[in-house]
Amino acid sequence: MMPNSYRLKDGGRIDRSKPLRFQFNGREYRGCQGDTLASALLANGIHLTARSFKYHRPRGIISAGCEEPGTFVELLGPDSSGNRAATMVPLADGLKAKSVNCWPSPEFDLGGINQFLAGLLPAGFYYKTFMWPSWRLYEPLIRRAAGLAEAPAGEFDGREFETRHAHADVLVVGAGPAGLSAALHAARAGARVMLVDENAEAGGSLLDGRERIDGAAPGEWVRSAIDELAGMNNVRRLGNSTAWGIREHNLALILERGGEKPGAMLRNWRVRAARIVVATGAIERTLVFANNDRPGVMLASAALAYVNRFAVALGRKAVVFTNNDSAYASAGCLKNAGIDVRAIVDCRRNVPEAAKLRADGVRILRGCVVSEAHGRKRVSGVTVRSRSTGEDCESIECDLLLHSGGWNPAVHLFSQSRGDLRFDDALAAYVPVASSHPVACAGAAGGRMTLAGSLADGARVGIEAAVAAGFPRIPAALPCASEDSYSIEALWNVEPRGAGRKCFVDILNDVTDGDIRLALREGYRNVEQVKRYTTGGMGLDQGKTGNINILGIIAAAQGLALSELGTTTFRSPYAPVEFGAIGGTRSGPVFLPYRHTPVTAWNIARGAVIYEAGARWRRPGYFPIGAETLDEAVERECKAVRNGVGVYDGSPLGKFELNGRDASKLLELAYANSIESLKPGRGRYGIMLSDDGLILDDGVVFRLSKSRYLATTSTANADLVHRHLEFIRQVERPEWDVKITEVTSQWCNATICGPQAREIVEGLGTDIDLDPESFPFMTWRQGRVAEFSSRVFRVSFTGELSFEINVAPRDFAALWDRIMDVGAPYGIAPVGSESNHVLRTEKGFLSLGHEVDGTVDPYDLGMGWIMSGNKLDSIGRRSVELRRQGGAPRRELVGLLPLDPNMAIPEGSPLTPEGRKTRTEGFVSACVKSVVKERWIALGLLERGRARIGQTAHARVKGAIIPAKVVAPCFYDPEGSKLRS
Amino acid sequence: MLEICCPFCGRRNESEFSYGGPAAMRRPERPEDLSAEDWVEYLTVPSNPLGPVLEHWWHARGCGAWITVRRDTGTHEIKPDSDDA
Ligand SMILES: [Zn+2]
Repeated sequence: MMPNSYRLKDGGRIDRSKPLRFQFNGREYRGCQGDTLASALLANGIHLTARSFKYHRPRGIISAGCEEPGTFVELLGPDSSGNRAATMVPLADGLKAKSVNCWPSPEFDLGGINQFLAGLLPAGFYYKTFMWPSWRLYEPLIRRAAGLAEAPAGEFDGREFETRHAHADVLVVGAGPAGLSAALHAARAGARVMLVDENAEAGGSLLDGRERIDGAAPGEWVRSAIDELAGMNNVRRLGNSTAWGIREHNLALILERGGEKPGAMLRNWRVRAARIVVATGAIERTLVFANNDRPGVMLASAALAYVNRFAVALGRKAVVFTNNDSAYASAGCLKNAGIDVRAIVDCRRNVPEAAKLRADGVRILRGCVVSEAHGRKRVSGVTVRSRSTGEDCESIECDLLLHSGGWNPAVHLFSQSRGDLRFDDALAAYVPVASSHPVACAGAAGGRMTLAGSLADGARVGIEAAVAAGFPRIPAALPCASEDSYSIEALWNVEPRGAGRKCFVDILNDVTDGDIRLALREGYRNVEQVKRYTTGGMGLDQGKTGNINILGIIAAAQGLALSELGTTTFRSPYAPVEFGAIGGTRSGPVFLPYRHTPVTAWNIARGAVIYEAGARWRRPGYFPIGAETLDEAVERECKAVRNGVGVYDGSPLGKFELNGRDASKLLELAYANSIESLKPGRGRYGIMLSDDGLILDDGVVFRLSKSRYLATTSTANADLVHRHLEFIRQVERPEWDVKITEVTSQWCNATICGPQAREIVEGLGTDIDLDPESFPFMTWRQGRVAEFSSRVFRVSFTGELSFEINVAPRDFAALWDRIMDVGAPYGIAPVGSESNHVLRTEKGFLSLGHEVDGTVDPYDLGMGWIMSGNKLDSIGRRSVELRRQGGAPRRELVGLLPLDPNMAIPEGSPLTPEGRKTRTEGFVSACVKSVVKERWIALGLLERGRARIGQTAHARVKGAIIPAKVVAPCFYDPEGSKLRS
Repeated sequence: MLEICCPFCGRRNESEFSYGGPAAMRRPERPEDLSAEDWVEYLTVPSNPLGPVLEHWWHARGCGAWITVRRDTGTHEIKPDSDDA
């Protein structure tokens, strides 16, 4: 093959002196600096570039922009990404791309057999055919056969993703004539302007056209505008940047592609702008006729771009089919490039003289339509039909068919920002309705279809945006430009002659006009329903070129005007966006950072198996020695606590100090049980309810002094409790004098537990009298332990004598080392969360995630005493009492002893009557191998459980029924003499 | 991503806040004085109108204030609560 056989000798904005090599479907090609993948392929004469989604029909490149519905590629190598429109991939040396939807290649595609099954693949085909026995059975198969690009498998080597936040007074989207004009005027007024454009080069449609501005080529004006903007320090311009969404309160999401080098960065901007100017131009739409999807059938606007910007001759013999004036410029452009333009087929009876002048000398077939395109892998000719006779009147041979169904203002972003649209009959398109909204359209996006109109509109909108953002009103300064006429006659489809000829309304998703009519016949009326049923407009291109034809066909079939029909919702993203770019740097360990205590490193060095515990804390699960298994390590740790001494890191426990005259009142309201009666120096277990009577958290509250308390919470619920307490303080009782300070990270604690705990604290050296008479259970003392200033609390989560030594974080690692030194002769064991679970289960202490779900109240847990105080109001009491009034049976906390002592019941197992397959009467909340009972023990919630102590309950597990004796929910030291010792 | 105006910190992203439910109804001073029906009504039937509503938001990743904002559920327009001003 001749290299670049379709490249024009001169012209264009490509750099012929910088050739680039690239691969497409495994073959080597050459392009130039400035090419896109699409233009480079076309320059090589490659029109067959893809296979379609459902029918695997041969497809080509259809447009030159982000509206492309024909050719999506997967990029390989360092830029690996899927589903990129070939028209939007800047060519780079070494670029590797392959077509999606075809295997092994577009020329020889095995899936092409679907074309011959086409009659069997109607609208809603998937819904209708693959429902029995389950869609899920077929889905993977269908996705593989029809699928789009695969998700990249490996790591993104060297690929960087980034998020940046910015603010702007005026964000201008689109650097075409309207956008540049708007940016210039807003910036001259002094506003902070951000100008973003999806192309590397500014200019928009001016890059493609041949209009004149101030008597010169438009590039001159673009250059001077860019130079002026570059000289202002209140302007930031981004190229290669697609604004893909507008969220509430003018937050614009913009994807910036890092340029042309491989592995370049993707940066997602989140820009909060006072005003947004949408100057995104207009998008040409297709015409709907038989075989309008053949390779070589392209949008008329694409010809302008490929000839003028990329210097590519798209074919040798062309036919142009249009319903509006703009395609005449394309015909003229092809003719000037030396391409034989054989005819313009215009559906209109009258064509404005100004339009004809743009294609001077080309034969015009007025009042005619193209009824069918011929050829399979490349268009080879067209059949022309006269509209007045309804008869085919002529066949024309060609290898390029340009068509234009008119122009849709690109109102996507405007619509996303909740701007209203109306159907404009003169333009046969939806246009934005001016509103007080902080988002406004300018230029073609606002329905101004001429160059002079766009420049003026951009200036007006730019000035207004700056004024609205608080800047002075400046006069418009406009260059002189042409005011080309634009007129159109709506043409939604051309009826095919005979069945079996497909007329596509959505080329990417393979939806035909027949599918739309079928959906209507089957009873779908609403536009949104038809869209979902046929998938028309739901592809990667979001139906940018085809949606309005679908609306036109629906309206015509129902005898409605388009203004009566309503449109579908425009959704983000405007163009495909990589997930990596949305995630930015929020991946891996920084997605949600871990929380550590000062001894994490010690734990790891000690060989602990690290778990993630509530609220992202990294906590030791257990500390295996040598080849110990989990069970062996846990048994050893538990025995150390029960018979000798152990120590665990309790630092992640939530801790809050409440200080003020009304601190007691606040706690009284927050806790179900009474706190006020607590004497300074003492602590009490408490339960916090939400107002609907559910358990929010439990913990121990210590009264530090008359007006000062320390409340502890479970690790996982610390943030929730913080929010709850602050809500009470600030919203419910703002008049109360109380301050809440979170001190979770201000105090770290080592909890020494076991019969020998006192010896260890004594061994550390302390000025606190440890005698149980002077420092009893549920009290606290301030003092020095080792050489560290400490608060020592006598609480117990294991049922053993415990000292919770709280020190400042800076002292904690040193305290920990001292404890291990002093404890060594006693065989002190560091204890992980697995052993804590065993120890608390033996004792029947609650664990919120296990025994407490969204149904239980304190009575169910055997803690009716919590509710017995004579309190006027505390949150949740009313609802608990109310719920219990009905007397319906409740699930109550019980102990369970499997009849077979060596049989464990999986935690979470349902309890059912006799183990039958029937409604559950409870579940097993915890089951551990007890070191004191030397057997498996369990806790569970069982309907009317307390009345059933002594009876047998049955856990129903897969393949077995496990009987267990119902006992009181405490297996160890029920009198509490150990923890009080 | 809403932009919420905190009276202490100014306009901030919604991600700094935590939603705290409708603010139209205050918690009854003495729940025990309410009939069961009225209490259940208060707990479970908050109104959800299309239009302006009062809402609690906690500026959790900011100054820590619980603020009341007036948000239009149709347009997302947010104004400070006039009662607070
Ligand atoms: Zn704040």
